[in-house]
Amino acid sequence: MVEKRIIDARGSFCPGPLMELIAGLKMMQVGDEAEVLSTDKGSANDIPEWVKKVGHAHLGTREEGNVWHVTVRKMK
Amino acid sequence: MSTNRISIILTSDKREPLQMAAMIASVGAVSGSEVIVFVSMNAMPYFFKNGPEHAPAAGSIGEVMEQKKAPHFMTLFEQAVELGDAKIYPCSMAMDLLEIGAQDLKPFVGDAMGLTKFLDDARDGQVWSF
Repeated sequence: MVEKRIIDARGSFCPGPLMELIAGLKMMQVGDEAEVLSTDKGSANDIPEWVKKVGHAHLGTREEGNVWHVTVRKMK
Repeated sequence: MSTNRISIILTSDKREPLQMAAMIASVGAVSGSEVIVFVSMNAMPYFFKNGPEHAPAAGSIGEVMEQKKAPHFMTLFEQAVELGDAKIYPCSMAMDLLEIGAQDLKPFVGDAMGLTKFLDDARDGQVWSF
């Protein structure tokens, strides 16, 4: 069963949300999903770049209010 | 020979260069680069077990970083090691000068390194100085 974990990085600045995502991914299983909540627009752009570079899957990014929700699937 | 190596020379005690170095170290390390950080001069005390946490700002951006929740540079250096396997080496000359040993440094700091070894390791790849 796929686990979906919320990583609340609101209020943190680059590269805080990315580092929190990576720490979260280390504790997750392949196939699990993480949704990062970030108020830092730079991180909303940077996280998908990192995900693509290292071989995970970026499932989408949406903005609600001033919060970006970046969803990632752990692939390895 | 590694062409995907990032070597960082860290000598400043000011918040902005420390922050920039920590950002490059952490993001580089978790993005597949081999990262080595050579710590010397005025940057050394931050890596002491009971070293200062507060770094003086060099300018206005440093002051804003302190007011807002920018991740602390030492947190980023520790994450670079723990999440990305970066290596942080204290300068052996600085350690001799300050009369400190490995037991005086934070646990994520590696063994002392001399400049000759660092320069050899840093020969290939990117070198950043702060």
